[in-house]
Amino acid sequence: MTSFLVRRILGALMILLIISAVTFYLFYAVPRDPARAFCGKICPPETLQLVRHNLGMDEPLFVQYWHWLVGIFAGRELVQFGDCPAPCLGYSFATQEPVFGAIVDRFPVTLSLTFGASIVILAFGIITGMIAAWKVGQPLDKIASASSVIGASLQIYFVGPLLAFYLVDTMQLIPRPSYVPVTEDPVGWFTHLLLPWVVLSIIFTANYTRMTRSQMVEQLAEDYVRTARAKGMSNRAVFFRFAWRGAMIPIVTIFGVDLATLLGGAIITEQTFTLHGIGELAVRAVQNNDLPMLLGVTIVGAAMIVILNIVVDVLYAFIDPRVRLT
Amino acid sequence: MTFPPSTATDAAAEPADTADPAASGPAVVGRSPGQLMWRRFRRDRTGVGSAIVVLAFFLIALLAPVIASLYGKDPYTTYGQNQPGLLNQFGYPIAPNGGISGDFWFGLEPGLGRDVFTQLVYGIRTSLSIAVIVTVLTTVIGVVMGVTSGYLGGRTDYVIGRVIDTLLAFPSQLFLIVFLPVVEAALVLPEEETPVWLRYVSICVVLTVLGWATIARLLRAQVLSLRAREFVEAARVTGASPARVIFKELLPNLWTPIIIQATLALPLYVGAEAGLGFLGVGMTEPTPDWGRMFQVGVNVYHSDVTYLLFPGVSMLIFVVAFNLLGDSIRDAFDPRTKR
Repeated sequence: MTSFLVRRILGALMILLIISAVTFYLFYAVPRDPARAFCGKICPPETLQLVRHNLGMDEPLFVQYWHWLVGIFAGRELVQFGDCPAPCLGYSFATQEPVFGAIVDRFPVTLSLTFGASIVILAFGIITGMIAAWKVGQPLDKIASASSVIGASLQIYFVGPLLAFYLVDTMQLIPRPSYVPVTEDPVGWFTHLLLPWVVLSIIFTANYTRMTRSQMVEQLAEDYVRTARAKGMSNRAVFFRFAWRGAMIPIVTIFGVDLATLLGGAIITEQTFTLHGIGELAVRAVQNNDLPMLLGVTIVGAAMIVILNIVVDVLYAFIDPRVRLT
Repeated sequence: MTFPPSTATDAAAEPADTADPAASGPAVVGRSPGQLMWRRFRRDRTGVGSAIVVLAFFLIALLAPVIASLYGKDPYTTYGQNQPGLLNQFGYPIAPNGGISGDFWFGLEPGLGRDVFTQLVYGIRTSLSIAVIVTVLTTVIGVVMGVTSGYLGGRTDYVIGRVIDTLLAFPSQLFLIVFLPVVEAALVLPEEETPVWLRYVSICVVLTVLGWATIARLLRAQVLSLRAREFVEAARVTGASPARVIFKELLPNLWTPIIIQATLALPLYVGAEAGLGFLGVGMTEPTPDWGRMFQVGVNVYHSDVTYLLFPGVSMLIFVVAFNLLGDSIRDAFDPRTKR
């Protein structure tokens, strides 16, 4: 277990290093010069040189990358912005705020969004999939299958505003989506995020319904299920104690893969309901051409995915006793 | 033997095909796997229906200028601002339901007052063409990389495999929006205004770069298992060149997964392109774009929800039809799979 974790974490760091190097190179090697933007419209060459020096952009690219890497672990001194304690991801070119601080401020929003949506997806997707498998071929199964086709074809930016219009504007059933810190008001946190959770999970839930159904149907045809039935086990026990466990294993695997997509969906959901999360930060950074912010958001996003994937692998071992983490 | 034995057994295991009234006579007509697939597809009513819907969307995209000229309006003119009595002082259509009337079939865009019908028709044209280009590119690159990786094995396989793994670990939506300005900055000087065609090209490039890994990984696995089969070994033993093995032995067996993957990918790319437009990093004004209509829709839905319905419902119809079509094609290719 320990050696598995150590190896996975080293591998994860390796992937993050590659991603950051590629991103860094792509961002800073392009001809668009951030120093020029800083300098203003009328920019004499001497001033440009000075700005470039202050931003640390007059050094070779790999030296810049090295400084950036060291900054994450040890902090660094930036001529333009002053001291930047570790973990330092630099300062935003657009708003002059520290990148790491901005990301930390926004992080709870995106985390709450993806966390809540994951629970809705798994709970709802697995339950409907089980019902469909329980009633294979019957009307309930057909309804579940048909609605999962439609659900998977919906778009967040269409369902989101539509539901908000009917549930919030017209019927006033739930409050307008916003972020209330869970530490301040758990009930408000829940009610204000309910709609974003539902909207984000709609497109994913369909997939899990379909998958749970087919996995259950497959498991129920297995030999061990037949043995259990032959020994006189009730249908219900076979269903919920035996087949269920076997069907969950592939679901967890797919969920690990889907986490990256879920984060992408969170970006669109944040934009739909104007929640101030990491996605909104990324979109604004793109519009402002804010390189340090883009780099920071990319790395934090990638780190989130990599860490969650390790967590999923560990969970895997708990569900399936055959899996040994070595 | 170019075709795998499984295809032959399929034909034999399909009594409905051989017991055709026309074939009940003494002459037994041989059919190619393609013909068999077509016969199975034609009998699938859902498949044919959704194929018609999908075709209609492609026709709308192709014939957008014809439709607009018959309809008599274009997607650029701000009718609502030019003609008084169409928009109120807040910029919203005066007529109910988003300003739907005999003149403006789908109403008017709040604010600018452009015609929603032509916006949608031209927007479908933009989005669908990008999705088709990206699907073709990712499929071609994915097939080349996957087959190379699987066929050569060894070090090539290792390198391509690691690239694929890294690409699939990326949070792709984040990278889509992040890399778009990078690609653009690499192609255009900061002083210049980005031309429309360049934005179009960079969207295609970014979607392709982040998209080919999925199909490559799938094909690599397929090639790995096919490579060990007897008919490939037989071809090699009899002295077939690698090119012959790949094009005459492997590829004919890969068409089914390739086409299935492509049909799965296309609606996803329509969604991804629209997502970029929605986030405000896709196609720029004034080029009509399916996704950017949602961006407008999200801003105006409190007062004018009708506007959002047209792009939303049309995209829902398209994606549902395309997914059903994909399912039917899959069933037609491989009748053993039962959903």
